[in-house]
Formats: sequence, C-alpha cells, structure tokens
Amino acid sequence: MTEPLSQSNLGFRLMSLMFCVRDWLRPPTRILQESGVRPGMAVLDFGCGRGGFSLAAASLVGPEGHVYGAIACVGRQTLIFTELCHACGGCLLVCPEGAIREVPKPIGRLRTGASGPVQFVEGVLNVGEAMSPPAIRAVKGSAPDVELTVLDCPPGTSCPVIESVRGCDLLLLVTEPTPFGLHDLKLAVEMARALGLKFGVVVNRADAGDREVWDYCQRQRIAILAEIPDDRAVAEAYSRGELAASCVPHVAERIRGLLETLQSGARV
Amino acid sequence: MKELVVISGKGGTGKTSVVASFASLAEKAVLVDCDVDAADLHLVLQPRTLRREDFTAGSKARIKPGHCTACGKCEELCRFDAVYFDGPGNGKVPKTFRVDTIACEGCGVCFDFCAEKAIDFAPAVCGQWFVSQTRCGPMVHARLGVAAENSGKLVTQLRRTAQQVAAQQKRDLILCDGSPGIGCPVIASLTGASLALFVVEPTASGQHDFLRVAQLTMQLGVPGAMAVNKADLNGEVTRDLEELAGQRGIAVVGRIPYDPAVTRAQIARKTVVEASDGPAAQAIRSLWAKTQERLHLSLPAAVGGLVQLAAQE
Repeated sequence: MTEPLSQSNLGFRLMSLMFCVRDWLRPPTRILQESGVRPGMAVLDFGCGRGGFSLAAASLVGPEGHVYGAIACVGRQTLIFTELCHACGGCLLVCPEGAIREVPKPIGRLRTGASGPVQFVEGVLNVGEAMSPPAIRAVKGSAPDVELTVLDCPPGTSCPVIESVRGCDLLLLVTEPTPFGLHDLKLAVEMARALGLKFGVVVNRADAGDREVWDYCQRQRIAILAEIPDDRAVAEAYSRGELAASCVPHVAERIRGLLETLQSGARV
Repeated sequence: MKELVVISGKGGTGKTSVVASFASLAEKAVLVDCDVDAADLHLVLQPRTLRREDFTAGSKARIKPGHCTACGKCEELCRFDAVYFDGPGNGKVPKTFRVDTIACEGCGVCFDFCAEKAIDFAPAVCGQWFVSQTRCGPMVHARLGVAAENSGKLVTQLRRTAQQVAAQQKRDLILCDGSPGIGCPVIASLTGASLALFVVEPTASGQHDFLRVAQLTMQLGVPGAMAVNKADLNGEVTRDLEELAGQRGIAVVGRIPYDPAVTRAQIARKTVVEASDGPAAQAIRSLWAKTQERLHLSLPAAVGGLVQLAAQE
C-alpha cells in the first residue's frame, strides 16, 4: 500500500513542478480572460489536473460564479477525484450525455455487537478519508430502536459533531474545570443553542481545577447534572480499557445518580 | 524552514500543553494553532492580536422568500436534506422553501437549477483568523464559527500565513498544534510537514487512535516521533505503545509522567516549563531536545514539502 502511493506522489510532484513552469510562461488567468470567462459564470474545468486553471477561473468568475473540478481529464482518460466528491449529484444533472453514473463508495466499516444487555453500533472511517458525516449518518441509521440510545460524540463543534448531535433529545456536555475545559464548553453551549437542543453539563475531575465552570454555568443558567471527582483510579481503569463504573465504587454511584436524574426527566 | 506538527489521534492527551511548553523553549519559532474547532493554545499564550481576517470558504444557499414559487425543485435535488418547506409566505404562495444553513453543504445545485432565480449563493464567512504576538513569538490562530465547515481549508490558510511570517521574520521553525482525529483538518495540518510528534496516552483508546493516526502519517509520507504522556498510569500499555511505534519506524522521544503541575500551570495560564520545575517539566525539556534532533534528521520530507508548496503557489 505504502510503496505505490509514494511513487505516484513523486510523479504528482514532478507534474506539479512542470505545470509551475508552464503557468509562469503562459499564465492561466490570461488565457481564460482571452477566452471570455467573466464574473458570474459557471465553469466546469473538465480536465482540471492539479487545478491551476480551476483556481484562475475561480478568481475570474468571482463570488457569484462556480468552478467545478472534482472531475479531471488526463490525456483521453477521465478521472474522478472521489476524495473531493461530496455526492451533490450536480454532474449527473448537467452531463448532456448521461455518461456519469453514481456508485456507492466504501469510506469505512460499520460494526454492530452487544455487551451484556447493551447493544452496540460502531463506525470506523478508513484512514485517509476526510469526510466522516456520511459514516456518522450510517451509524445513527443502524442503531436499533430502543428506549435509551447513548451516542459518544467527537470533540469540537464542526460537521462531524453537528451530524452526531442532530435530532437528539438531550445533549450532555462533559467538561473539566480548567481553562481549556471551560473554553471548549462555551463553544459547545453556543453550538447547542444554535441547534436549539436541550443540554446539561457534567463536570469531570471536578476537584482538579478552579471554580470558573460553576460560575459560568450559574451566570448562563445551565444545569450541572453531575460532578465526578478526580481519581487516579479512574484514569488507571480507563487505561486498561475497563469501565470506571465497574471498578471505582464512588464514581459508579455518581454515574448511577446521573442516569436517575436523566430518567426522572429533570428540567435542563 | 522546518515544520513540526504535534498530533494525538485521541483528544485531551496533552498536545496543547506540550506545544505551549515547546513554544517557550524554542527560540525562533512561529506558532500555529491548527486545532481550529476548539483552539486552546491562546488560553496559555495570551496573544495580542496584530491582524484579523475573515475566513470565507465555500458558499451557502439562501432562498429569497419574495421570489420563491414553492415549486419544490430545490428540495427534490438537495442531497443533504437542507431544504425545508416552512419559509414565510408571499403574495403568490402561502408557504415557501427555506435552506437550513447548518445542513447546507454548499454544492450550489439548488442555485443552478432554480427556474425562478430565487436562490442566493454567496460565500459564507466561516470564521476569523489572526496573526498575533505572544511572549513566545508570533502566533497564527483562528476561530471557526459554530457548525462552520471547511476547517481543512482554514488550517491550510493558517499554515501558509505562518510560512510567510516565518520567512519575513527569519524564523526557522513552525510549531503547529494539531487537532484530534484523522479527518480533514488533521490531513490539512500534516501534508508536507517535516515531522509529526505524537503525544499519546497509555490507554486502550489512546493506543487504538495512535495506530490510526500513525497510518495516516505514513500514507502522507511524514516522519513521526512519539512521546507518551502520563506514562506512569499504565506501564504495560506504555511499553506496548513504544514497541508499536518502533515497528512503524516512529522514533520514541520521551515519557512524560502524570503530574498535577500540568493542570496547575494551565489554570495559572502559564506553560508547564514556565510554571514548574517538577517531573513533567523536566520530561518536556528533554523531549524538546530529542525532538529537535529528529527535526534536523527529517530532511527528505522537508524537501518534498517544499516542492509541494512551490507547486501550490
């Protein structure tokens, strides 16, 4: 896997260097200008290669126009850069010959299983694949319809997170009482509010830092649903791949309490 | 010019604490916070902003309610379930269509096929990026709007700006704080870098995520070095991690012990090496020395990166 990849990489770099020289001798912008590309136009760069002309065209058509370039033509061979394809279906709609067909593309693996009474669904994205939202949609779509579904979400507030939390009944924001924890919590709160989701906060390692998280939640009228104390035993259990709830009794108690709070339909 | 990217795979392993400490140990570096989804480096380095720019990437569709005839073509064509039939009415129809900007992927298909030209498709401001001054040197960082996309493009923008700053100020090292995961922003922060430093935790999930991100750096041709943070939490997993790294040609450059001084430094808004001289601080100092050695060895990838950058310009 590694070797052919690095070879093609070298070829790509040499090709790019060659194009650099070409672009310097005959700037793509001038060629496009002469051929009448104007602001507001839609340009399909059929054979975009490394995109020298696509970029030049993009600067010419301006914000009102479009340039498409996930499809390239090298010699007599048409290539599709599947990594750039967002599956919008636009090329199918504009191809006059009906020559483009969509096929499913594997981007990862979906696994289901069970641990005791708990059913489990997991999606694993292939390494090198940039877009995870379709995989997240697939995971959510194959979760069985049961009384309580718990989703473990990625960090941050970008597309994968939005895709994960969309349509949930309650968002639990787990934070730490540190400047990093509080900063990222504020972003998560902003996201939850933008999406109109109900949410509450859980403070993990509650005695490890300062009191800023509590002050913030009080000012913003955000419910703190549980506090889990800092305990090295939790970190050690986790490092062995074991559950804190089954190894550390006082933590288990807090987590059971949290579950009861949620099931009693506490107002958040 | 060398570019060191600190990544982890898993979140919360202490990447940013290591980068901040490196920043105060490095003499002539430009700092970049590539973790644009949840940028934290500025909390420790407290930058003074010198330059502020809007980041626009991609476009978002917006239906002009006055022009919409509710034909439903946009809803039919949208592959991202971003069109809803709950917009305000106008003189012609009681209800119009509306685009959910968070769900909109920005493909422009609805805009192209709207017979009434009732759809606007304008570039969206996804966030802001900054060039700042900190006590440890210049820093390039960003704030991405909530639910904004194109974080990979923003990362590329930050790295390019950092390269310009480094060239102007004759600084020979770019120090990047990467983001967790293996997705689009991580790929954007690694492409063409001189060295990737993995900061990993000796946990089952830390190990799993390390293997995935190590596979990514191999695919991208970026040499790697690894340090285990909180190494004493689980000696066995730490040894496993180091062995796995060795098998993949990733140099093991240090172990950082579990030390409450790290959290205390963060609360004091200081870097670990500024705030303490305890076991973690000492480990980070020696880690920095070893990482510098690796940086000087990583010539081939740097040359490859330069060719790639030259090609992009």
